[in-house]
Amino acid sequence: MDNMQPVVSDPTRETFDTRSLLAHAQQQAEDRKYEDFMIIDVDAHHYESSSYKDIWDMIEDPVLRDQFKYTKGATLQQRSTGGYQEMAGRITRYAHRSTEQAPGAPHRDIGLTRKWMDSMGVDVACIFPTPMLGLGLNPIVEVEVQYAKAYNKWLYEHILAHDSRLVSMLYLPMNDPDAALKMVEEYSGRKGVIGFLVTTVRYKGLYDNSYMKLYRALEERGLPLSFHAATNWGDQSMHITNRFLATHALGFTWFNIVHMTNWVVNGIPERFPGLKSIWIESGLAWVPFLMQRLDNEYMMRSSEAPSLKRLPSDYMREMFYTTQPMEMVNNQTMLQETFKMMNAETQLLYSSDYPHWDMDLPSTIYDLPFLSQQAKRNILGENARKLFNLDYYISDEKKARLAARKA
Amino acid sequence: MKDGDIRILRQDRLEIGVYRHQGAFYAYRNHCLHQGGPACEGVVKGKVVDIFGSDRSFLAQTYDHDDPHIVCPWHGWEYKLKTGECAPDPRLKLKKYNVVTREGGIYVDV
Repeated sequence: MDNMQPVVSDPTRETFDTRSLLAHAQQQAEDRKYEDFMIIDVDAHHYESSSYKDIWDMIEDPVLRDQFKYTKGATLQQRSTGGYQEMAGRITRYAHRSTEQAPGAPHRDIGLTRKWMDSMGVDVACIFPTPMLGLGLNPIVEVEVQYAKAYNKWLYEHILAHDSRLVSMLYLPMNDPDAALKMVEEYSGRKGVIGFLVTTVRYKGLYDNSYMKLYRALEERGLPLSFHAATNWGDQSMHITNRFLATHALGFTWFNIVHMTNWVVNGIPERFPGLKSIWIESGLAWVPFLMQRLDNEYMMRSSEAPSLKRLPSDYMREMFYTTQPMEMVNNQTMLQETFKMMNAETQLLYSSDYPHWDMDLPSTIYDLPFLSQQAKRNILGENARKLFNLDYYISDEKKARLAARKA
Repeated sequence: MKDGDIRILRQDRLEIGVYRHQGAFYAYRNHCLHQGGPACEGVVKGKVVDIFGSDRSFLAQTYDHDDPHIVCPWHGWEYKLKTGECAPDPRLKLKKYNVVTREGGIYVDV
């Protein structure tokens, strides 16, 4: 028997570092040769709460600016999501994020984000905020408008303007349709702005006539509108769940199910055929469910949706969806059928949701046995590159791996 | 290693987590069966159990520290420290290695 002398380490004494945490992700990226193709992550996050003070300084309304400062952001937190995503310390990156070393210039969030992107093999990431996913619940309309304006200005000036690998779809303050329209007019065409975002935890129907100018403006500009789900534990139906698992599993699908249903039944895809929509962070299993449910009801009650010229599922099949959190426990057959039903090869967009607790690596797509190599590359990057008109780009780390292979 | 300690052994691409619990040693491949995370580099937590009353009403939750769980830090998948079985699905198991102590040394049989 040979004795080897391995390197020994004590994980409880190591300084937290994303590159170490994701060392296995990097191994996956190298083993699968991700340097051979572009990977775009359409839904990733940063924690804008780490930059609250800078964002508050950009709030135009001096009275609200004071309220944000003195309540330390509580003005923003008018939602009842609660939750314990970090699972009592089990997801270690939550507790240790603030201690991590990262380049501070041009902004620490860029340094932190690049670390996980390079580990996973992601070339370009669309980043979204975190607590702001519940901002649409704020009963004070001006709070949503003022904070959205400040955040978008901050994101553009401090992040997007400095790093071509980071892009975003900017938050729309949908409780004020005119303000949302102005946001599109102001930011369209700016560096890194690849579309606009509706957070779907909100209680105003997105079919309201007051939104039509907004949809027309997006359609004219060829900019996608994305719908990012979340949950609201204070919602009456969610209020009867008593575990975060339950409100998360249901809420993150429910709010997109409701708005998608309204979107289709009210004929928005017929009224704005050039407006591309993206449905984010509800997983995939809800899509075939809703397609079947709506088709069945529509055939009996088509008089209630007279502007539709095809089945609801036909419209849904032309929309775009992000992958995460992809349901993949003992369900390969269902997953394959789901991919077929949604035309995944052209409509599905890889998303990690990193650094959130239920993140998915690119391997969740790359390792699926029923996808062709081209389908994998489409979902991991090409579909998004075409949708957002992005240039083909490979990160410096991946270029170096490619060069090393050729040498 | 004292009770409660964890060590990660690395030799080329092989990574093994070694645990000492109640005097015994356990060793598993540092590779989560979910998405390949470093399963042995996270926290160890007692199994969470529900406590029910005699009429089966819910009373509270507590930790069973005699059934410690290895928790993968990426997503929270849990494995039983004593067997390597995935807590919610024992059909899934971390690859287990035998540990031998000899002349003051700790040896993992790979």
